[in-house]
Amino acid sequence: MSVALEYHPFESDVIVVGAGGAGLRAAIEAAASGASVTIICKSLLGKAHTIMAEGGMAAAIGAVDSRDNWQVHFRDTMSGGKYLNNWRMAELHAKEAPAEIESLERWGAVFDRNDQGGVMQRIFGGHTYRRLVQVGDRTGLELIRTLQDKAVASKLTVFMEHTVTKILLRDGRVCGIAGYEREWGRFRVWKAPAVIVASGGIGRIYSVTSNSWEGTADGQAIALEAGAELMDMEFVQFHPTGMVWPQSVRGVLVTEAVRAEGGILTNAQGERFMERYDPKRLELSTRDVVARSIHTEVAEGRGSPHGGAFLSIAHKPAEFIKKKLPSMHDQFMEFAKVDITKEPMEVYPTTHYVMGGIRVDAETAATNVPGLYAAGEASAGLHGANRLGGNSLSDLVVFGRRAGFAAAQYALAQAPAPDPEPAQIISAEKEMLEPFALEDGENPFTVQEDLQKMMMEYVGVFRTEAQLLEARAKLQSLQERASRTRAAGSRLYNAMWHAALDVRNMVRIAGTIIESALLRKESRGAHSRVDYPDTSQELQKVNSVTRRLDGTLTVRYVERPALPAELATVLEAKDAGVPA
Amino acid sequence: MSTQAAPEDATSATTRYEGSVRDEALRAQARTGRTFTLRINRGEHGDSAGRWESYDVELAAGMVVLDAVLFVQAKHAPDLAVRWNCKAAKCGSCAAEVNGRPRLLCKTRLEDFNLAEPVLVQPMQTFVRIKDLVTDVSWNYRVNEKIIPFRARTDRPWKFYQRDVEKAQEMRQCIECFLCQDVCHVLRYSGEEKPAFFGPRFFVRAAGLDFHPMDAEDRVGQLRGEGGIGLCNITKCCTEVCPANIHITDDAIIPEKERAVDAFDDPFRGIFRRNGAPKP
Amino acid sequence: MKTTLVAHVGAPGFGRTERRDVWWLEPLWAAVGLAIFVAYSTWAALVGNNFAFGPYQSPFYSPYFKPPWWPLSASIFVLWIPLGFRLSCYYYRKAYYRAYFLSPPACAVSEPKHEYTGETGVLLRWLPVVHRWFLYLSILILIWLWVDAIRAFDFDGSFGIGVGTLVMLLNVVLLTAFTLGCHALRSLVGGNVRCFSCAPLGNARYGAWRFVTRFTGMHPWMAWFSLYSVALCDLYIRLCAMGAITDLRIV
Repeated sequence: MSVALEYHPFESDVIVVGAGGAGLRAAIEAAASGASVTIICKSLLGKAHTIMAEGGMAAAIGAVDSRDNWQVHFRDTMSGGKYLNNWRMAELHAKEAPAEIESLERWGAVFDRNDQGGVMQRIFGGHTYRRLVQVGDRTGLELIRTLQDKAVASKLTVFMEHTVTKILLRDGRVCGIAGYEREWGRFRVWKAPAVIVASGGIGRIYSVTSNSWEGTADGQAIALEAGAELMDMEFVQFHPTGMVWPQSVRGVLVTEAVRAEGGILTNAQGERFMERYDPKRLELSTRDVVARSIHTEVAEGRGSPHGGAFLSIAHKPAEFIKKKLPSMHDQFMEFAKVDITKEPMEVYPTTHYVMGGIRVDAETAATNVPGLYAAGEASAGLHGANRLGGNSLSDLVVFGRRAGFAAAQYALAQAPAPDPEPAQIISAEKEMLEPFALEDGENPFTVQEDLQKMMMEYVGVFRTEAQLLEARAKLQSLQERASRTRAAGSRLYNAMWHAALDVRNMVRIAGTIIESALLRKESRGAHSRVDYPDTSQELQKVNSVTRRLDGTLTVRYVERPALPAELATVLEAKDAGVPA
Repeated sequence: MSTQAAPEDATSATTRYEGSVRDEALRAQARTGRTFTLRINRGEHGDSAGRWESYDVELAAGMVVLDAVLFVQAKHAPDLAVRWNCKAAKCGSCAAEVNGRPRLLCKTRLEDFNLAEPVLVQPMQTFVRIKDLVTDVSWNYRVNEKIIPFRARTDRPWKFYQRDVEKAQEMRQCIECFLCQDVCHVLRYSGEEKPAFFGPRFFVRAAGLDFHPMDAEDRVGQLRGEGGIGLCNITKCCTEVCPANIHITDDAIIPEKERAVDAFDDPFRGIFRRNGAPKP
Repeated sequence: MKTTLVAHVGAPGFGRTERRDVWWLEPLWAAVGLAIFVAYSTWAALVGNNFAFGPYQSPFYSPYFKPPWWPLSASIFVLWIPLGFRLSCYYYRKAYYRAYFLSPPACAVSEPKHEYTGETGVLLRWLPVVHRWFLYLSILILIWLWVDAIRAFDFDGSFGIGVGTLVMLLNVVLLTAFTLGCHALRSLVGGNVRCFSCAPLGNARYGAWRFVTRFTGMHPWMAWFSLYSVALCDLYIRLCAMGAITDLRIV
């Protein structure tokens, strides 16, 4: 008891970890439901990785193409996800996204408009109709700014630049969370009966990634530690078009909107190679297909000078490009000194998104740990084996709202959260300070770099049993090294210390990816096994579920619930025949 | 962090380069492998003067100042503090000053400097230093909370066109790097005692809301009062440093000043308005 | 009425900066450029002669108005309008705040520590208000200068073009480009509209606003070009009238 008092835990009904699209949307909804809400985020407010989303936000509004409706969106999502999606999530997502767009507009979002006075919608890979609500190529920024303003007006408490390190449990239920201030280095404890993990993705486990430094899998790691289950971790999306050159921006995203607006992919011989891999949908095939195609072209020696494919939009008028793709134009001009209105871009797949994540209930976003919820990229289910472009931003708001609502209901129905056990707090603080005690430990930056290179090489776009076993062995030593990384200097904004703590999470989650990838002996969506190139009908019925029991990681298959008859009918409807 | 400069990788990337030649690539190749000096102004909390420390950095093709700072962090000074996120000029976290000019570290290419001389990096001067290049920008968030929030109009149908949102969309490109707050001479060097002045960033935010076709509020009175927009003497440094290329002075501050004249100061406009001209 | 706001700005040590470029060049250039113009125009306005030659009329003396009892130069009845327009112009304010008030001398360069009231003080707070009134008057003057420019084609009843005609035409074109870039004008034609498609004449105002916006972008350039074109126009006519140079007839 005395220990808890010493740390002055900050009390609220709901804690939201992460202030990206999902976290902010959850916080707004929880506050609107009458709960007191605390947001804890790793960066400054408004800097979350959501701002990097460029192309748009999928919602079957039918503002541009009236043939669109939730059934078609549902079908596209399931087909893009290679039918491994949680069908209930895909259904809710398709049905609720339009209302979310409306909410955002009523909160001040300014989307591009069409000539009828409604919102503009653009086409994207895997979507049957023009469905992506957009703001040029900075849609994510618009989403974040709108939600940020709404959150500020909702009078929430925000702890900026704080990292959480442990979910605190009492009698198997959530009672709070522990972490530290990145700026000042102080240890902190927050008390609440409900915690929503909306901490985003894992991209930083790989060396070439479009993710910001924040994508270090913290949320997945602490949830796993607290007893939550992870699902589908083998499905890591490699976005087909990341920048290749110069080195310093390798991996930075080139939005799919370039292809949506008419961009063409060619190899060093000038061939439009997508004609060979997906003659029907060409550049607008699903991301897994395009990424594999580019990878194959380069591997077979038909790559561009810096080892990528050429992506050109230069056949469109310069004015059109500057209006539709302003930040792409700037990005290439600034970083590569390439004028995309005249020259082609060089692109290569980049680690972009993890379809897997914390296993949640479709309706409430609840995990198997009472009081623990997850939403956004940190959670799993909606996207199955491959995510369609534009489905992520709508995922954030649809399931962010559901998580916020459910967590608030749960928290308000609970008695006040019990105080965390002093022993848990003490051990959380000890773990947090461990890197300072390991004076002869290793530089965490080196371990991070080695982990990233290893994952890129052995658990990348294409995988084999042998590579994955090698990865497992290498991870063992990386895990050892990660646990012995050290920090030097003071606790004031100490990047080395932060990196040492991050890398401990990263190796844990890398392990779940490797183990799940070993388990799934088929190729499906983003998971391509060279030794099992076919898609197995049997394995369509199961999800891989990872759990940590007494310090050991276990992976097993869990059967998916059967598709109800009415949704099966939707899937089989006439225009479902998109080639797989 | 994978983004540290890796000279050997960069070299292999450029030696593989064949075929149609681009000048830029050749120039970069010629420069790759050279060493230059990065001088970083370091210090602990509240130390506004700081101390200059020099580091040798190996130049890689296309290297930006943030790469160089992260190189120093990884190889020479692991406790060097720098704030960054996306490294693609989209989040606005890595605002600092390079050779005295407020800039995003991730968007400042080293090839644009004379590398025979040291390149100077210091934190934003308007805010109190937390450590090294990291400053306490929380004041901005407190200002933001004061701005009258968006309120949707309900008196007309939700129907408007691209031309109606152009002005608001320009304002909404802001990535909140706070470089404009840093360079603004009203705020610069003010330390912990900030004047009653919202600063360019929040004039931009207010203008973005005031030019929203469906917003029911008006912030012009607020800007003229607690916002202190009259303190701005339109010397345009904010516009010069904006990495999102927002015409802060021309498109946000001056229009708001003009709206203030309409609403409060111009007696002729007052007569027109009483004659039925629509109130914004 | 609003109260004066006071901020404490600047840093110990004027000119403190880590900038490595020649930051003082721009304010110096502006200070000298403005000073030369002011010196020349004051003299040219006060001498009261040599302001017309053939069909040409110096812009400093147009429209020409001089009651018989007035002992000084006629230009005084006109010049206060363009003078006031430029003194209250958003761009010129920037230029002289930087060049003469050193507030700030250049971006990220410190000014001396002092109490600062920006444009909230007794006098400066009225600049945006009077600027639009000067705009209305300047538009009248501009129309008059167009009439002068057209008259410059009239060589005693027959059409002709001299170098002076082109000088006068160029001058009035630059003055028009400068006036069209005025921020107050931009606000009046459409800048103050929150929703074009909801406002009366919305489409026309949107078009006008877009049109004026193009000139706003070049307002700083036009401020300098038109400033010097006025002076050079006067100088050309003056030199012709003095017989120092000969006006060449082109047509």
